[in-house]
Order: sequence, then C-alpha cells, then structure tokens
Amino acid sequence: MDFLNAIVALSNFVLIPAIAYGSQLAIGALGVTMIYGILRFSNFAHGDSMAFGAMITIFVTWWFQSMGVSISPLPTALLALPFGILGTALMVLATDRMVYRFYRQVKAKPIVFVMASLGVMFIMNGVVRFLIGPGEQRFADGARFIIKARDFKEMTGLREGLAFKTSQGITVITAILIVAFLFWFLNKTRTGKSMRAFSDNEDLALLSGINPERVVMVTWIIVASLITIAGVLYGLDKSFKPFTYFQLLLPIFASAIVGGLGNPLGAIAGGFVIAFSEVTITYAWKKVAVYLLPEALEPSGLAQLLSTDYKFAVSFVILIVVLLIKPTGLFKGQSV
Amino acid sequence: MTKDMRTPILFAVMALLFILEGTTSFWVFSGSWNTSLAILNMALISAIMALGVNLQWGYAGLFNVGIMGFVALGGLATVLISMPATPGAWTGGGFQIVFSLLLGAGTVAAAISLFKRMAPGRNRGIALFALLAIGFFLFRYVFDGGVEGVEAINPASTGNIGGLNPGGPDGYKDHGYMALIAWPVGGLLAAGAAWIVGKTALGLRSDYLAIATLGIAEIVLAVVKNEDWLARGVKNVIGLPRPVPYEVDLQNSAEFVAKAESWGADVTTASTIAVKLSYGLLFTAVLLVLLVLAQLSLKSPWGRMMRAIRDNEVAAQAMGKNVTKRHLQIFVLGSAICGLAGAMMTTLDGQLTPGSYQPLRFTFLIWVMVIVGGSGNNFGSVLGGLLIWFFWIKVEPIGNWLMQVVTFGMEDGSSLKAHLLNSAAHMRLFSMGIVLLLVLRFSPRGLIPEK
Repeated sequence: MDFLNAIVALSNFVLIPAIAYGSQLAIGALGVTMIYGILRFSNFAHGDSMAFGAMITIFVTWWFQSMGVSISPLPTALLALPFGILGTALMVLATDRMVYRFYRQVKAKPIVFVMASLGVMFIMNGVVRFLIGPGEQRFADGARFIIKARDFKEMTGLREGLAFKTSQGITVITAILIVAFLFWFLNKTRTGKSMRAFSDNEDLALLSGINPERVVMVTWIIVASLITIAGVLYGLDKSFKPFTYFQLLLPIFASAIVGGLGNPLGAIAGGFVIAFSEVTITYAWKKVAVYLLPEALEPSGLAQLLSTDYKFAVSFVILIVVLLIKPTGLFKGQSV
Repeated sequence: MTKDMRTPILFAVMALLFILEGTTSFWVFSGSWNTSLAILNMALISAIMALGVNLQWGYAGLFNVGIMGFVALGGLATVLISMPATPGAWTGGGFQIVFSLLLGAGTVAAAISLFKRMAPGRNRGIALFALLAIGFFLFRYVFDGGVEGVEAINPASTGNIGGLNPGGPDGYKDHGYMALIAWPVGGLLAAGAAWIVGKTALGLRSDYLAIATLGIAEIVLAVVKNEDWLARGVKNVIGLPRPVPYEVDLQNSAEFVAKAESWGADVTTASTIAVKLSYGLLFTAVLLVLLVLAQLSLKSPWGRMMRAIRDNEVAAQAMGKNVTKRHLQIFVLGSAICGLAGAMMTTLDGQLTPGSYQPLRFTFLIWVMVIVGGSGNNFGSVLGGLLIWFFWIKVEPIGNWLMQVVTFGMEDGSSLKAHLLNSAAHMRLFSMGIVLLLVLRFSPRGLIPEK
C-alpha cells in the first residue's frame, strides 16, 4: 500500500506536471529549432512571440466568453486558438518582411540576425504590455480537472490523491498531435521535403530550384502555430503573465540545444530532459520518501535538492554540461 | 560637416541637452540642476557599461546578453566589501558557509580530474555520479547549517554576513573609502563569472555565448535574490557607505553654508547639488581613465590583432593567433568593466535592491547604447551611453506628451483615452526596440562610426 501511495504521490507531483511542462517546452523548442534550421539564427524574440500569440488568443477567448460561446468542458481558448495562430502568423510574416528579409538579402552574419531578433523582442514585449498590461491574466474556463484528487482517493482508497488537470490532458494530447503532424509534413509532403533539403544544404537546394522565400514563409507560418500553441498551453496550465514568457526563453533554448539545434526530434527529447530535471531537482521528495523508507531513515527536512527559485539554474547547468561534453546535442544537430 | 568635427559636435549637443535640462522647463525638460545631474550620473555609469560591451562587441564581435548579471555581481561586491561585518555572523555560521563552498568547489574539481583520468565507459559514469551526489549532499549539509546560523542573527535588520568595513555597525559610514575599494572588487567578481561562461561557450557557435550569458544573468540574479545570508536577498541592503560627504553633514558645516550663501544659493539645494557633483566628478574620472586605456589598447598591436580576428577569424587563425584564448581574454575584460560599473551604480543608489534588476533595463538598453553610438568606436559608445540614458529617462514624459496630443480630440472619461494615457509607461520598451532596429538597419555603423 505504501508503495502504491508513493507511486501516486510521485505521479501527482512529478510525472504529470513534468510531462505537461515537457510538452510545452518541446513545442517551444521545436519552433526555435525550425528557425535555426532554416533561417540559421537563434530567435531571441521567441518567448515574447509566445506571449503575443497567447495574448491574441486571450482576446478572442474573452470575446467568445462575452458572447456566451463555449465548448465546455473544454476551455474556450481552444476555440480561439486558430484565430491566435492567424494573428501570430501575420505578425511574424510582417516582422520577417520588415526586419529579417533585408539581412537575408545582404547575407548578414548570424549574430546580426540574433541582434535584430532582440529588437523584435523589445517591440513585442512593449506591444504585449501595451495591449494587455504587464499583470497576470486568467482565461481558463471549462472543467478544471479530468480526475480530482478527492475522487481518486475515494475511488482507490489510497491516502494520496491524484489530480489530473484538463489543461495537462489537453497539453499532452495536443503535443502528440502536433508532433505527428509536423513529422508527417516534413517527411511526406513536397514542401516539407524542400524545407529539409534547404536546411541540410542551402546551395544545393537553391540549385535544384527550391524557392527560398517560399520555404522561409512556410517556416514562419509553422513556427507561428507552434509559438501560439505553446504559449496558450502554458498559459492555460499555469497562468498568463508577459514576463514569465520572457523567462521561458532559457529553458526553451536549453531544450533545443540539449537535443541538438536544428533537429526536430532532438527538440522534443530536449524538452522532456529539461522538464524532468527541473521538476525532479526542485521537488521536495519527503512525501515520497515517507512511504518508501523505514521510519528510522525518514528525512528530517523537505529533501528538496534545490529550491524552486533555482529552476533556471537547472536548465543552465544542463546546457553548460552539454556544451562542454557534446556541443552537437544528444541527437546530432547542426551546431558548432 | 567634416568627419573630424562630428565627434565634438555630437558631444556638444549632448552637453547642451544636459544644460537645457538644468535651466529650462520648456517641453519635457525639468529645469532643475538636481535632475540634470542625477541623469548625468547614471548616464556616466551607463557610458562605462557601454564601453565594456563595446570592448566585447566592437573589438571582438562577442554577443553578451548577460550584462545584467555582471552588473548585479558588481552590486553584490559593494555589499560584501563596504558594509560592516554583522557581529557574530562569521562565528555563527559564516566560516561554515565558506567551508561548505570550498567543499563544493573541491567536489567539482575532483569530478573534473576524475573525468580526465578514468577511461570513458560505464564505470566512469557511475563513479562520477557517485562522487557528485556525495559531494552535493555533504555540501548541502554543511551549507544549510551555516546559512541557518547566519540568517538567525537579527533577521529584521541584518541576517547576512555583511562585509569587510572596519568601522563596525555604528561607525562604518565614516569609512566611505571602502566603497571605492568595492568597485574594482566588483569588476573581479564579474570577471570570475565571465571566465566560467567564456571557458564553456567560446569557441562554439557565436549564438551559444549569447544563450549562455542569458543563463548566467538569470542565475546570478536568482542567487542575489534568494541567498539572504549573502546580501539579504529581496529584503534589500540599505545605507551603503558613500565615498562622498552626506548632505546633512554639508548643511551642518559652517564653511559650506557660508560658501553657499556667498553664491546666493539655498543651502539644502546647494548641498544636494554638491553631493551629485562630487559623484559626477568621481565617475567622470573613472570613465576618462577607462576611455584612455581603451583608446590606447585599440591603437596597440593587441587592438589590431583583435580587429583582425573579428573581421576574419580563419585568416587570423592561419597567422597563428589563438582565437578562442583572445576571445576569452576580451570577454573577461569587458565583463569586468560592467561589474565595475555595477558596483559604482549600487554605491550611487546607496542600496542594493535585487528586485530592480531587469534584463530589459540592464542588458538590452546597454546594447541599444552601443549600437546607436557606434560599435567599435569608444567615443561612440560613450556618446551612446549618455544619449540613450537621457532619452530612456525622457521617453516617458515624451510619451505622455505624445499621448496627450493623440488623445486631444477625444472626450474626457473615454476608456480608450484612459488606457492610452496609462500605457505611456510601456512606450519605453517599444521605442527602444524601434530605435535598435532602425539603427541596425539603416545606420549599422552608428552615430560615430569606427574609423
């Protein structure tokens, strides 16, 4: 019984949150990795673009809510998501047209792109704060839980409850659908193949008649979808606050690099590596240990390896170790 | 306008802006010398930071996105040097903390040597993991005990180990020179952090340094915010000693009062202006020394080598230059200057408030300064520092003014008008982004281009 309780506690506090968070990071890192693969720079505006996408979705959600449109028990935000993606796609295409295209034409160094993305980040951050404000916004509605902790306890008779939030369920399902779609797109369709060719060898791709501007445009549209979905899922699961999206930049970059920049499979693996390390290292293990260890060995403290304030340190340390030992990442990326 | 005249004219315009701020209250100017000097002091510090970043970007093409972290380390040094030691903190746990940190460092060193000595394979992995795990728990055990001891001492006002000021808790303000000692120490702390980051991320793709510095900045800030035993975390350290006299002391000094009256000035205003002026002179002296050094280095063979590396790494490598080593060197130097400026800024503020460190303010604003001023040109970054800081302060009044103009036709009480007026504060980020993109696109060489 104690063993079961330990497993339930572990799932409730570590496995489920880490899987949901890992899915969000993976979708975010997929975006970073795609931009890196096709446009060949690290996009610093990624976090704030996520905030932008989430913001548009929130506005549409509020509009739907005010009209009484609802798909309960699912959150209304899912209905608003396509609009958010559309708005974000228009926005990123506009920034590409106004900012990045020029540097592509003059074949600027990658670092100049990075700097330009910094400027875009500034503007995006300003726009988001201007339109929705710097504070926290709640927009989740519908049923909050798929399984409630109390129901679970009554059902199983265990002392530990297991809560499974709707947002977590949606996150995992969406992530699986997106990844499946993306890999189908990249491997089976003509456009996807031309994108991979462009990413592998730009000159050869150009020689075989691939239109680079079209590839770039499709990339931005896909990235806009990934950005918006990741932003909305994160907002549904935690809450929407512009500054936290900026802070997500570090774990997202870490995920993409750990997996191998430019490699979509790596981005997904990296997202889960980072999420699981972050959650396990900052989780107070006492609850689980109490069930598993004999009384004499029970930890006196919380048995927490690092306080949650240092969760960024976890992604950073993993990043540093990977850079030192295997700069190309777990799956071979295009780095160095 | 010839090219040689460009620099003096631009600096003259800058001086004029500060004079206007001090004398007229027309448009967005305040007409107070106090504000003018306050802006000038922060502008000088910003100019020093810009100088450090220009060293990295302009000379070597290194992209540092963690300036905030290095600035915060400088601020931390001010507390650790210029504040008095908290009585009983060292015996109550301070030594224990130091011992635990040594333990931690020893573990990492042992792990590195183990990694180098053992043959790759599963055994190495297991041994490494075991060593790190044991080391970590040992470290946490010793460390937590020490922290508990230190933070228990009068947590309402101290609860940290304090610094090295010999004056003690009551007389430490008489030892204002300790603040001056703290400045180079701030530079050293920042240099240490920069060495760690540079050692890992340099020599790889150029983006990696940017990402790694972004990370170190977040972590430094997390440490400063959460390690209360170090500098009280978000509870802030206030009342840092000053290298310049206090306003109250000036107002009580007969000599100063007589002088102020002979100039026909109000004593209170005169004292605040005198304090700001002495800070300004100190900062100008530091800036000038750094500027001279930077100019000399730029013209030296070392500076030529740096630019050669920046312009063509492959060619420089073929000529036998160790590119990674030179990059590490200049990265550490530039970060040290940022740390120095950070310590100066904390001294000027008189307090360390970790909550106020924001990447947009301390990292990206400095970048705008360097790019706008002219990367690769030291005078350019100094000008950029002064100019952009001035506008950073003035964007809000200008934004307010603009919103007033925009909303002039709207009726009072409309929610759109209220929203627009309230949002003027967010104009800062927006306008800085626009400035950065416009300069990068249309005038990438900046106001004072590199020769």
